[in-house]
Amino acid sequence: MYDFEYHKPGSLADAVKLLSADPDARPISGGQTLLPALKHRLNKPTSVVDLSGIAELKGIKREGDKLVIGALAKHFEVATSPEVKAAIPALAQMASTIGDTQVRNRGTIGGSVANNDPAADYPSAVLGLNATVVTDKRRIAADDFFQGMFTTALEPGELLVAIEFPIPEKAGYAKMRNPASRYVMAGAFVAKTGGAVRVAINGAGPGVFRQADMEKALTANWSPDAVAGVKQPADGLNGDIHGSAEYRAHLVTVMAKRAIDAAG
Amino acid sequence: MNVVTPFEGIGASVKRKEDLRFLSGRGQYTDDINRPGQTYAAILRSPHAHARIASIDTVAAAAMPGVVAVFTGADMPDLGGIPCGWQIHNKDGSPMAEPMHPVLAVGKVRFVGDAVAAVIAETRAQAKDAAEAIAVEYEVLPAVATLEAALAPGAAQVHDDVAGNVCYDWHIGDKAINEAGFAKAAKVVEFELVNNRLVPNAMEPRAAIGDYDPTTEDYTLYTTSQNPHVIRLLMGAFVLHLPEHKLRVVAPDVGGGFGSKIFHYAEEAIVTWAAGRVKRPVKWTAERTESFITDAHGRDHVTKARLALDANGKFLALHVQTLANMGAYLSTFATSVPTYLYATLLAGVYATPSVYAEVKAVFTNTVPVDAYRGAGRPEATFLLERLVDVAAAETGMDRVEIRRRNFIPADAFPYQTPVALQYDSGDYQATLNQALEAAGWAGFEARRAEAKARGRLRGIGISTYVEACGIAPSAVVGSLGARAGLYEVGTIRVHPTGSVTVLTGTHSHGQGHETTFAQLVTDRLGVPLAQVDVVHGDTAKIPFGMGTYGSRSLAVGGSAMVKAMDKIVAKAKRIAAHLMEASVEDVEFDRGTFRVAGTDKTKSWAEIALTAYVPHNYPIEELEPGLDETAFYDPKNFTYPGGCHICEVEIEPETGITTVVNFTAVDDVGRVINPMIVEGQVQGGVCQGIGQALLESCVYDSEGQLVSASFMDYQMPRANDLPMVSVATHTTLCTHNPLGVKGCGEVGAIGSPPAVINAVVDALKEYGVRHIEMPATAAKIWGIINASRPAMAAE
Ligand SMILES: Cc1cc2nc3c(=O)[nH]c(=O)nc-3n(C[C@H](O)[C@H](O)[C@H](O)COP(=O)(O)OP(=O)(O)OC[C@H]3O[C@@H](n4cnc5c(N)ncnc54)[C@H](O)[C@@H]3O)c2cc1C
Repeated sequence: MYDFEYHKPGSLADAVKLLSADPDARPISGGQTLLPALKHRLNKPTSVVDLSGIAELKGIKREGDKLVIGALAKHFEVATSPEVKAAIPALAQMASTIGDTQVRNRGTIGGSVANNDPAADYPSAVLGLNATVVTDKRRIAADDFFQGMFTTALEPGELLVAIEFPIPEKAGYAKMRNPASRYVMAGAFVAKTGGAVRVAINGAGPGVFRQADMEKALTANWSPDAVAGVKQPADGLNGDIHGSAEYRAHLVTVMAKRAIDAAG
Repeated sequence: MNVVTPFEGIGASVKRKEDLRFLSGRGQYTDDINRPGQTYAAILRSPHAHARIASIDTVAAAAMPGVVAVFTGADMPDLGGIPCGWQIHNKDGSPMAEPMHPVLAVGKVRFVGDAVAAVIAETRAQAKDAAEAIAVEYEVLPAVATLEAALAPGAAQVHDDVAGNVCYDWHIGDKAINEAGFAKAAKVVEFELVNNRLVPNAMEPRAAIGDYDPTTEDYTLYTTSQNPHVIRLLMGAFVLHLPEHKLRVVAPDVGGGFGSKIFHYAEEAIVTWAAGRVKRPVKWTAERTESFITDAHGRDHVTKARLALDANGKFLALHVQTLANMGAYLSTFATSVPTYLYATLLAGVYATPSVYAEVKAVFTNTVPVDAYRGAGRPEATFLLERLVDVAAAETGMDRVEIRRRNFIPADAFPYQTPVALQYDSGDYQATLNQALEAAGWAGFEARRAEAKARGRLRGIGISTYVEACGIAPSAVVGSLGARAGLYEVGTIRVHPTGSVTVLTGTHSHGQGHETTFAQLVTDRLGVPLAQVDVVHGDTAKIPFGMGTYGSRSLAVGGSAMVKAMDKIVAKAKRIAAHLMEASVEDVEFDRGTFRVAGTDKTKSWAEIALTAYVPHNYPIEELEPGLDETAFYDPKNFTYPGGCHICEVEIEPETGITTVVNFTAVDDVGRVINPMIVEGQVQGGVCQGIGQALLESCVYDSEGQLVSASFMDYQMPRANDLPMVSVATHTTLCTHNPLGVKGCGEVGAIGSPPAVINAVVDALKEYGVRHIEMPATAAKIWGIINASRPAMAAE
């Protein structure tokens, strides 16, 4: 780890001020992604702005037909929140499978979504549920937010404040874990919200993406059988020592079937 | 009567004495030790697998904050190379190629991770900062990352003085007899397979602290070692040219070794030498990435084999050709692993009349490869037990029957194999029968059918194995090229009140010696376990020792203790005879009580101990006071644990994921001192074997970069990857050591991988699979399923 300044602002405004004053400052939430990068000296921020003391980023609440989850909500809180479990059980279930106990007690939804690791869990829920990402400046639709590997619509210094999830009629998630890292090798989040079907695929490609053929098939017939015949093209998917693009393409269909099964 | 209650002697599953310390966080590992005035070393490592070093500029680094010194290979002209402990000879009798392994690279780097420079600084972070400021100009050379690449015509030379990258081309067995065996064959089975490279990944990374006292010129090295005396010998005599009395090596608590902490590593020499230069203690602790790219890796063989059978399925002859990867330099015992620890095991549990093996050891631009739990014997067992399954399939014989028909019978021991070893004892039918029974072999087809109904492919696999551990005797290994003796040393120090301290030259890094060895004393001398302490891991305390590896500690180290106890008892009897005014021949000793035979005259252990140290009434003319004896024990032979492992798996065809649903191990480890510890050792070994078979994939790219250099990419087995392992023992005693023990540390890792792969192949049998290379990952299995339409479906 290189030396850096450490700040712990008490308000969103102060955090934004610190970050906008210094392009090499980095926000930190749970630190479960940033700290390993710092320890490996892959990252050399001038200062680290700890968001954990900012009340505006906390809390999980039901607001009418939406579930609003603050950026600082830890995976463990999402997994065990009665509001989440009642409104979107698939999201709570997803959170309960991220990393391990230590990671779930520190990692946050805001950190994960802002980071947009292609092998992360949450991005598929955000995209599959057509959620809205709320920042200190604006509201961003999920379709516009994720822009490929580790890239989002967030501008430098812009902070993720909360995520607003519409409440679906049905939603389900299934993933195959990478055998070594246990991140996602291929995952599918399926949801029917206000009659509209969305299928978001994570892990398999360089970023989370929607599977249009599956969405069409499920709109016609909401059942595992409907996607069983939909082949995900291997083109453009990840291939590495853990599995070829063809294997991941195959897993996309398998996970989509299982996600629908789970959604009921 | 002085009966020990509760029973704590041989055969008792007493709890481990060391666990209170470990589980309450009071272990003292090398990195827990801090010496006054300590500095920290960071090692600058090569990012290239193969490159010429054009220049190294350390000026900027030396001026960085906190930097005490910066060293490169050029600063160490007088140091020797890191030595190899075993010289192998080629088929033509010439010695193997033994290229120089400098402590810090000179001229060239030969693997990613090769040590280029060392920075000594006030803090770890300052040392790392300065290491980054060293400017090295590399001229990158083509690299050879695999055996195939290294042996290709025109391949890059890892060492300029080693033609064709071949370290040695060795053989064992009689070639003419072997060919005659093949000439008689009714059937020849040919087979090729890989034994996959593994990264050891002990939980505690390697660490070393060098300390130097300028007033006495004494050096101390604290290090994560399985054998401190061996390190003192290798580093002192060959590298730093320090005499033993000026060099103390301490290996305190060590958090797992699995072989990787046997070897003498460059960092040990760097910190010790640098401490002398900067006149302050120097500490180095590996980061996990450094562990991946500098701890000696394991296995990495490519083998072609042919098995000749007669019309009745009896094995006639086995011919094996193996390529073994040495990595970039010869690690301490690297050369012995694919020869005397592998090819000598190729008879296995079978009465094959002829075995002929040829082994070529090859340099590549990769991390050095050396012994890893099992060392050579897992490679031999995997080859044999896969080959036997393939032979069964291709001759239409039952997998169990072909084994039974070829076993060395229980009444044939001692049994001389055609590849040098003489097995002293074993009963392979018995361990097989017990395992078949325990695993419910007979009922398997019903379980397969039930799984099929659930959409799962279920398979069962068997492995019957023997291994050789407690490597010995010194005279024989010496004639085969070992540059060390393989005896062990034990001191039994009886204190005036009768409690005992044991000094052993072996080293415990997870095995539970502090308990097992104390049980030997309790059993023999009748001293309660709480009054026996075992000390190891310090050359200043222990007379001498060869350390712990190859499952030798109990068989060799325990036997040394027994010999020392014999001396203690003999002397104690003379003291007792004097006190009871009897003749020494009439004094009997049984667990703590001395008795004049046939009388009720007795003396207790404590009385004799006290008399030995307070010799008021004592035969001082004939006997020295004190009760403290040392013995050196050189074994007559290896010991030969063996047994049968049965694995049952289920495969989910949709994903290719394999789940080990049952694992049964029945092992003959000789006499069992502590059944609980044996069970733990076998379970741990089996888990490592399952890791090798299904999970652990060590991958180099063609440039020699280790792609699987972190836990993000290298899959260690975790609790939820593993079944409950059912462990049982079936004992035949070792015939040549006083305890009848054989060794249990490696059997799990040796017997299990072929059982797992045999089960996977069995599960996939409807797909016409002959073999699947380890690790049989989900992706690989799905690839097989996807590529081949089931034979059944095609019908
Ligand atoms: C062992 C291990 C296993 C893991 N397994 C999984 C897994 O299976 N699935 C999975 O999805 N994840 C996994 N993770 C990642 C984990 O979920 C992280 O917690 C998460 O990715 C990042 O959240 P964080 O709060 O820790 O973010 P941090 O590490 O604090 O930050 C991550 C990045 O986001 C930025 N950032 C943080 N907060 C904000 C904000 N409010 N606004 C804008 N930018 C922000 C930071 O600057 C940084 O670039 C694992 C991590 C570890 C260490």
